[in-house]
Amino acid sequence: MNYQNPRQVYGETLLELGRKNKNIVVLEADLGKSTMTVLFEQEFPERFFEMGIGEANMTSFAAGLSLTGKIAFTNSFAVFAAGRSFDQIRQGICIPGLNVKIIGSSAGLSDFGDGATHQSVEDTSIMCAIPNMTVLVPADGIETRKMTQKIAEYHGPVYMRINRHDLPDLFPENTEFEIGKPYLIREGSDFVVFANGIMVSKAMAAAEQLAEENISVKVVNVSSLKPIDEEEIKRMAHGMKGIITAEEHSVIGGLASIISFILRGKGIPITTVGINDRFGQSAHNYGELLEEYNLTSEAIVRAVKTV
Amino acid sequence: MKMTVAELEKMAATLRLNIVKMVGVGQKGHLGGSCSLSEIVSVLYFSKMRHNPDNPKWEDRDRFILSKGHAALIQYAALAELGYFPKEEIYNIKKLGAMLQGHPDMKTTPGIEGNTGSLGQGLSMACGMAAGLKIDKKDSKVYCIIGDGEIAEGQIWEAALSAAWYKLDNLYVFLDCNKLMATGPITDRYDTNPHIDKWKAFGWHVSDIDGHNIKEITEALDEAEKLSDKPKIIIARTVKGRGISFAENVAAFHNGELTKEEYEKACAELEN
Repeated sequence: MNYQNPRQVYGETLLELGRKNKNIVVLEADLGKSTMTVLFEQEFPERFFEMGIGEANMTSFAAGLSLTGKIAFTNSFAVFAAGRSFDQIRQGICIPGLNVKIIGSSAGLSDFGDGATHQSVEDTSIMCAIPNMTVLVPADGIETRKMTQKIAEYHGPVYMRINRHDLPDLFPENTEFEIGKPYLIREGSDFVVFANGIMVSKAMAAAEQLAEENISVKVVNVSSLKPIDEEEIKRMAHGMKGIITAEEHSVIGGLASIISFILRGKGIPITTVGINDRFGQSAHNYGELLEEYNLTSEAIVRAVKTV
Repeated sequence: MKMTVAELEKMAATLRLNIVKMVGVGQKGHLGGSCSLSEIVSVLYFSKMRHNPDNPKWEDRDRFILSKGHAALIQYAALAELGYFPKEEIYNIKKLGAMLQGHPDMKTTPGIEGNTGSLGQGLSMACGMAAGLKIDKKDSKVYCIIGDGEIAEGQIWEAALSAAWYKLDNLYVFLDCNKLMATGPITDRYDTNPHIDKWKAFGWHVSDIDGHNIKEITEALDEAEKLSDKPKIIIARTVKGRGISFAENVAAFHNGELTKEEYEKACAELEN
């Protein structure tokens, strides 16, 4: 299986976009070597803005750039992008619907060593709550590339969260990505797992394992949290014995909340795999942390069996 | 558009009258901090700025961002006089579905360049605009007004650093020093002074004027235009509620109501 680092893919795609479109501008809060905007900076220093460690100013500055016709990408860790800049995103960008892309890097628990202050368990929840905002969670490098290209074409505010680590390719290179569309990536007739981010590959592994026990599990990649095609989600859940959501994020306000809300009143049992209203913490490696927070394929298998 | 000093003074009074009409009777309105800006806004919109009310999105226009967005009344007063929208709209302000919102909204109001009101953010937006215009090698200027209460927001100083670092010499900022915050005198409640030394230390060109003197405002802008490599700030000493005798220097008129008698008195003072 081929692995790609979504940060690297994002940085390379941003550079490619910059070559094609002179209106792309990039803002950074002193994390460019990690978010990989350094690639853009090297080739286009005149369209790159190092804003120092000042996320609030970076975000409103990006709003100003967009008001002169630029497509502005702001970059920081997800926890700061969504947390420290919430009011700037809400007031100056989302109310008027400006063309600013907020990129939350090292999202979820993926910055394993740095602990609770640097791990975002609530970023998509915060961003989904803002009217006019589009919220995206790519599942692999290929989707990260497609999404980055797509959001540059789309006019309006977008929040995209990016994982820190190499992720296995789940999709063929020619996969198209459409904002708002849930993607069926494995057919199944008993249960459906709605997953996003790193949990998509874990859902695929769980479905594989359950197939050996003659349990047929459908897997849906909900990489577009908002907007979301509600009718399509309902169709995908129709006739299932149970529904599982899986996300590297708090179960409050993210995928679990969104799917439960869409499928309310359908009479199908729902179980959530996600972070249960806890902060993250430091660990020596990512896997250890994911186990501690039940963000594993085994947890999805258990959820299918108990839903 | 060029006006004489006398004409600009008269325009400032007209703008104040529009403000009073928008506050009306028995409704709250940000009277004080709008009136303190009347001369500055008069000079900007009716003398200095390059803009076209018939084409609000004209590519080569100068930009105006009211970072202290609660003073929206003064900007609406000017835009209405200029014909950016029908003047009758001022009587619909803050009505459900109205064009004129409580704080500036670029989506509803022609001539508004950005959404402000959450204090401290408009200066950063103005910086971004100035930087964007520089990328495009446009000679348009960006004007921004901040308040002496507003500068308690930390983001103002993040913006101040970035404007100097990026040498945004196409950025012209007025600091409206009306000396009153919503709850009382700044020097008693939360002092943001001294102004001159702070902005100099942040790498800005600084001038210090009487913010109600048309000639001083114009000259300060003329002088600032000759300077390059640094953003420019004009510290404007003003009186909150200026032009309305009973509202001058009264914190209660930050966002206050007018009685029928007060409304009539204010109109009479400004019509003379």
